[in-house]
Amino acid sequence: MSTEAQFDAEESAPAALRATRPLYWSVRRELWENRSIYIGPLVGAAVNMLAFLFTLIHLPRSMRALAAGDSTQQGDLVMPYGHATMLVTLAAFVVGVLYCLDALYGERRDRSVLFWKSLPVSDLTTVLAKASIPLLVLPLIVFAVTAATHLIMLLVSTGVLLVSGGDVAMLWARLPFVQVELVTPYALIVMALWLAPIYGWLLLVSAWARRAALLWALFPPIAICAFEKIAFNTAHCASLLGYRFVGWFTQAFAAVPPDHVDPHFIPLPELAPGQFLTTAGLWVGLLFAAMFLAAAVRLRRDRGAI
Amino acid sequence: MACIEARGLRKTFGKTIALDGVNLRVEEGRILGLIGPNGAGKSTALNAILGLTTYEGELNVLGRDPWRERDRLMRDVCFIADVAVLPRWLKVSQALDYVGGVHPRFDRAKAERFLAKTTIQRASKVRELSKGMVTQLHLALVMAIDARLLVLDEPTLGLDILFRKQFYDSLLNDYFDGTRTIVVTTHQVEEIQHVLTDLMFINRGRIVLNCSMEEFAARYLEVTVHPEQAVAGRALRPVHERQVFGRSILLFDHADREQLAALGEVRTPSIADVFVAVMGDPAQ
Repeated sequence: MSTEAQFDAEESAPAALRATRPLYWSVRRELWENRSIYIGPLVGAAVNMLAFLFTLIHLPRSMRALAAGDSTQQGDLVMPYGHATMLVTLAAFVVGVLYCLDALYGERRDRSVLFWKSLPVSDLTTVLAKASIPLLVLPLIVFAVTAATHLIMLLVSTGVLLVSGGDVAMLWARLPFVQVELVTPYALIVMALWLAPIYGWLLLVSAWARRAALLWALFPPIAICAFEKIAFNTAHCASLLGYRFVGWFTQAFAAVPPDHVDPHFIPLPELAPGQFLTTAGLWVGLLFAAMFLAAAVRLRRDRGAI
Repeated sequence: MACIEARGLRKTFGKTIALDGVNLRVEEGRILGLIGPNGAGKSTALNAILGLTTYEGELNVLGRDPWRERDRLMRDVCFIADVAVLPRWLKVSQALDYVGGVHPRFDRAKAERFLAKTTIQRASKVRELSKGMVTQLHLALVMAIDARLLVLDEPTLGLDILFRKQFYDSLLNDYFDGTRTIVVTTHQVEEIQHVLTDLMFINRGRIVLNCSMEEFAARYLEVTVHPEQAVAGRALRPVHERQVFGRSILLFDHADREQLAALGEVRTPSIADVFVAVMGDPAQ
């Protein structure tokens, strides 16, 4: 039978290709639906760029002071680059949180889940595609956007100095440009791994909630912390939660010497991937992330349209 | 091979019994109409067949367990659910790209040919299309998939009569080839009577009628009688009687055609009339 022959041809297609094609298209589908995934970081970069243009007024003066040996100006010089990274990363984090909360909830609310489920894409593939947005796609976008932003900032600064007759060579010498672009991907990978359980939790709530996904995401942790505080007057849960949000920084970077001139840039030797990878919190977090995602897969299978 | 085979299919929601031990067998190449009142269990049965819900009992669709193998099964099964479920943000071109990307049996050229007959623009988003156009788009996607089973749950709900007619015409002329199986539920029964090869009535989670359309035509007869012959007609024990313009329309199950011909003109009744007779008063 012709359909059977066709069937066999499919079976003999490379297994990897067959497995990744639905995943690839599922990720593209997410980007079609959620344009905030790239618009968010771009808006962060644009706001930063606008603010940066105002600081350029002081640039020629700073450069002259720096040339005169005033090392405090070094901070002013590099700070905007750090701000750019922070702003874009923050925008991506907010986008990631809002995205995850809606990812498995919105499709059930508008009943489009019935269309997605009518196609040969497994629940596992769907959930993995959605999880890959905050864990893979957003970090990549943040890296590209910050690198481009930094480059534009550098070129604009160079232009200003050329026009005003400043010392361009010194600007390029004093800005640890390459270093920054190497630290950023490290920090992004670290953050993605460290924050994975948070995104996993949001996806789980998104798959479970019948309404008000945001409230359901916030309620359990707040309730547990409040209960602990009132019942035992301790705050272990709250500090654990705080550690989950900011702990990646202290675990992934070695302590910065107090006499370090610049708080915004971390020199390469102070990256501590070994320390990060041996942190129990990382692996416990990843375990939780895996459990949350497994539960989300299960819920997507069980729950229909709302 | 049977396309769908169920034995003792059961599904409860709390105390509500949606499916109460359903046995059914749908052979390949049939067009089955699954007809029932609201809440009869139609959608639950379809959801079970499509792997969207759990169930008790045995169920086999194209040789697979739909709950455990939904994603695999969906290579051979297509469905259009009861309401427009295409996501509103999706562009027509994206819909074609995506289905082509994930479905190994999607023939994009075929979908394009079907869309070319409509006024749907590639760059339009689903939210910009009328309800009829959304259904046309969904039908174009589904018809371009070389599937073995197509499930339609109220596919024409909310469409005007022109779109409804066009929908079933396309399905019969461009899609159905005698080897595919189609299961359709609808309340607009009269419009699909000529389309079906098989008929199934479901009520309160049970199948109350299950026959082919040939059996249906052989089994059910309807005759319109003048008042003076009404008594004679009633003596033949009709299963249902209704009055139209002072004349009685009597519906018979397993009656002798010759005997009825003496009373008046004998016809094959509409599915809707038999449905009313079999289901009885829905208020009961």
